[in-house]
Amino acid sequence: MQDKENKKSIQDKLATLKYNCSEKSHLEVNQKKCLKCKEKTCTIICPAGVYSVDEVSGETIVQYENCLECGACRIACPYGTIKWEYPESGSGVVFKHS
Amino acid sequence: MDKKYNADVIVVGAGPSGISAALEVARSGKKVVLVERAQYPGSKNMYGGAVYTTALKEVFREDFDAIPYERVINSHTWAFLSDNGSFNITNNDYNTKDALAIKRFNLEKWMIDVVKRHGVYYIPNTLVKNLIQENGIVYGIKTELEDYYAPITIIADGANSLLAKEIGLRNKFDSKDIILSVKEVIKLDKKTIEERFHLSDDGSMGVNKQYFGTDFGSIKGIRNLFMMTYLYTFKDTLMLGVGVNLADLTRNKLNINQILDEVKKHPDISPLIKDGEIIEYSAHLIPEGGYKKIPKLTSNGVIVVGDAAGFVNGVHFEGTNFALISGKLAGESAINALNNNDFSERSLSVYRKKLEKSFILKDLYSYRNVIERLYSRSDSIAIYYPKKIKQFFEIITSANCVSKSVQIRKFVFSIFKDRKFSDLFKDFSSIFKCVMDVFFGK
Repeated sequence: MQDKENKKSIQDKLATLKYNCSEKSHLEVNQKKCLKCKEKTCTIICPAGVYSVDEVSGETIVQYENCLECGACRIACPYGTIKWEYPESGSGVVFKHS
Repeated sequence: MDKKYNADVIVVGAGPSGISAALEVARSGKKVVLVERAQYPGSKNMYGGAVYTTALKEVFREDFDAIPYERVINSHTWAFLSDNGSFNITNNDYNTKDALAIKRFNLEKWMIDVVKRHGVYYIPNTLVKNLIQENGIVYGIKTELEDYYAPITIIADGANSLLAKEIGLRNKFDSKDIILSVKEVIKLDKKTIEERFHLSDDGSMGVNKQYFGTDFGSIKGIRNLFMMTYLYTFKDTLMLGVGVNLADLTRNKLNINQILDEVKKHPDISPLIKDGEIIEYSAHLIPEGGYKKIPKLTSNGVIVVGDAAGFVNGVHFEGTNFALISGKLAGESAINALNNNDFSERSLSVYRKKLEKSFILKDLYSYRNVIERLYSRSDSIAIYYPKKIKQFFEIITSANCVSKSVQIRKFVFSIFKDRKFSDLFKDFSSIFKCVMDVFFGK
């Protein structure tokens, strides 16, 4: 399965990163609209695999702790419903070699 | 506004454009505050891998000599990838020092050290939430802790520029104008890198490779995708990344990491990164809307610079130089406004005039249609013609005991067989138009 393989690949790469975790999510989805969304673009394009769908409730799970702060999800979401802010001062991902 | 000003100028964002703007203002003796959301300068930033010397020298002057770069990038290759190999054009010039490989963590740290010495007041760890506005005039910034006031605010908050959006200087992004790029930093022995890339051990030589075309790979949707792979040599790391249009990713339901992993398997690339250890993975957006998508650059009390203003020439991978110089010009415009005690949009619009006189808006203007034109013919320009050039070279270099004239004739006929006459016409007219645009410029 390519998808599973890719998820594993992303996880391994994220494991190399340092984060200053914030307790508050800087990403917010609109679950009502997410439930109606068929494309699930955010779950496909996010380079950090932040978004997934809960198999039981169908709601969007947002693992904001893994966010690389690129901003792709906000622009790609066909319904423009992702509320995207920067993480709080000093928190979020820390690139040291990029 | 009866609040007391904390500074003459506030700059939001300590990347190349913001730092350059702050330095320019500080040099004139004005009071400037530079605010950055990250704990360490540069730790939110990511790029292909090289910064350009000319712009750095213009901004940092005598301080430039101490820049802690890892390697000079003076070997450039364009490679067109296919399933079983590639067709390459390389230019080596070991006397040049036009581009330097330096990690952003080190680049921004060095830049911040310099500008602090020149009097810039640097405030890290501080996220700007909003701009302070009254009657359509910007008077400063709101952070999580306190407010700062100044007659001029320079917006340098990068590709996503939430602030430029907030005050209506730019519209919502269209995903077709945005490139998403991811990159791996791959650790290898310094000596191994020097052997693999034929480099000296003193940092005076370095390699940049740009790989075009995706006529390879087994993932559905990756073939014929308009994308770019880049590789830069650092001291003991390689930077390997890909950039793909966000609209293409969405349409083809592709995750960019999948593409990067596929690229790493290509026979031209895999031996170069063999046994390397990934020590970092990063992602970033590149605003490539070009001239037509430039936001409004000034308003009352505010100026936009760098990525926040969409100053990128995607065809030539130029961004940091646009950022540095636009920052400098914004700084000059701010000083001018302070001296005249006029912070209106009209007074600050001298910034746009300065940009128009510089290479920034000249280049963005002459390239205004180039990406669109190349993109519309990407199947032919990025895949078909490179394939044919490769075939042509194979004819020249193979000793297969078949008459050359037979082979060449067959080759030429194949082009007319493969492509409709109307396609050939469209291909060449779009290339011709691009050349004319750039040649006549502005």
